[in-house]
Amino acid sequence: MKKVPERLIDENMLRVDGRRWNELRPIKLEVGILSNADGSAYIEQGRSKILAAVYGPRELHPRHLALPDRAMLRCRYHMAPFSVEERKSPAPSRREIELSKVIREALEPTIFLELYPRTAIDLYIEILQADGGTRCAGITVASLALADAGIPMRDLVVACAAGKVDGQIVLDLNDVEDKLGEADVPLAMMPSLGAITLLQMDGMLTVEEFEQAINLAMEGCRQIYKLQKEALKAKYTAIKEEVETQ
Amino acid sequence: MRFYENRQLVTPGDLLAEGDYVAGKNTYRIDNRIYASRLGLVEYGDREVRVVALNAFYVPSVGDLVIGKITEVNVNGWIVDINSPYSAILKASDVFERGFKPQKDDLTEIFNIGDLILAKITSYDRTRNPQLTIREPGLGKITKGQIVKITPTKIPRVIGRKGSMINTLKRETGCRITIGQNGLILIHGKNPDDERLAIMAIHKIELEAHTSGLTDRVTEMIRREKGVRDEEGS
Repeated sequence: MKKVPERLIDENMLRVDGRRWNELRPIKLEVGILSNADGSAYIEQGRSKILAAVYGPRELHPRHLALPDRAMLRCRYHMAPFSVEERKSPAPSRREIELSKVIREALEPTIFLELYPRTAIDLYIEILQADGGTRCAGITVASLALADAGIPMRDLVVACAAGKVDGQIVLDLNDVEDKLGEADVPLAMMPSLGAITLLQMDGMLTVEEFEQAINLAMEGCRQIYKLQKEALKAKYTAIKEEVETQ
Repeated sequence: MRFYENRQLVTPGDLLAEGDYVAGKNTYRIDNRIYASRLGLVEYGDREVRVVALNAFYVPSVGDLVIGKITEVNVNGWIVDINSPYSAILKASDVFERGFKPQKDDLTEIFNIGDLILAKITSYDRTRNPQLTIREPGLGKITKGQIVKITPTKIPRVIGRKGSMINTLKRETGCRITIGQNGLILIHGKNPDDERLAIMAIHKIELEAHTSGLTDRVTEMIRREKGVRDEEGS
């Protein structure tokens, strides 16, 4: 069992993993890593590791579910049995089913679903290692995988959480902070359009604290957005440089 | 106002232009702002702003030549996979010269599951799946050659400006190359080595589609490979 820390923020104002209140965990993003998927992406955010794959748009089976005026986005958020300390049953839990729905609804506004009626876009988000903030990181990778699949989108969707830990508003909570802290506010947005597509809260905050948390989470989103764009372009700029310096 | 240079790499959601512009391919408009909707290279025209996508899937369009695979044989026609979100229909009445009788004619004798065909799209309107025809010279079952699959958005690059790239490929490799608009390319050469060379060149084009001076580099690569091969042969 993990040792439970006595305090989540020490006398130097550092958090359990040594971050300051407004710091994100280190993020690593990779795009196009699965050859059999139409689009794929991988994220490491601190100790959370997530893989996303997109298939489609493709014909929807069973046929009678097809929507006559738009494509259907189907999303599966799934935690691997080995992703948490105590083995998790591979069957989808209540929480995973809910998160699948929430993530789908966070991504639907960005996709031009009406362009491809009667088809399905299948999105699989696999949590390989969970250390808090997996719904946010899941949304962040999923939108990269969608862009990699060449699906027309209004903007990339980025997600990031803010919360309250030991009386202090902090950015990007990890597992311990999420479980022992006072509140957690996950937020997903389309930064170029300034639109929020997901906003949840767990715990208690005053109105002022809530506003502070939202602003902090949006700031975190903008930082991740830059990394997302770089990750998408990385493959192509590498080829271009290699070819043109020859 | 333009926010990028011509042929710069952009991602979905990037603000491309503001003002009196028309939203072209892979872009969309909110008020007077034009945004990108796919990862690709921006191109600014006089008034039009468009993005040449780096990866996309094939959306059928009437008149396109496509290469497809038979996936189903029905009573009165075939279902064809054309590498697109929608599968295509080839009617038996299109294939049989005179009247066609489902009781008498056996469709599998013409095309069976797994057969590859070259066909043209005759109708498509998004509410119904695309329809194909093979009633034109050169169309029909593919019996020889090799197939390469690339991203459909890179087909124009393989053809090149006024066919410059495709003509180079044909001349240098001596292969017959038929391009399906859906991203499948049929290559038929005198010997497998020529075909392999053409396939290598097409993969190079796909990989480096977003760079400049590609035709020259492809020519150079083919000549170099041919030189190596001739040396080994002698």
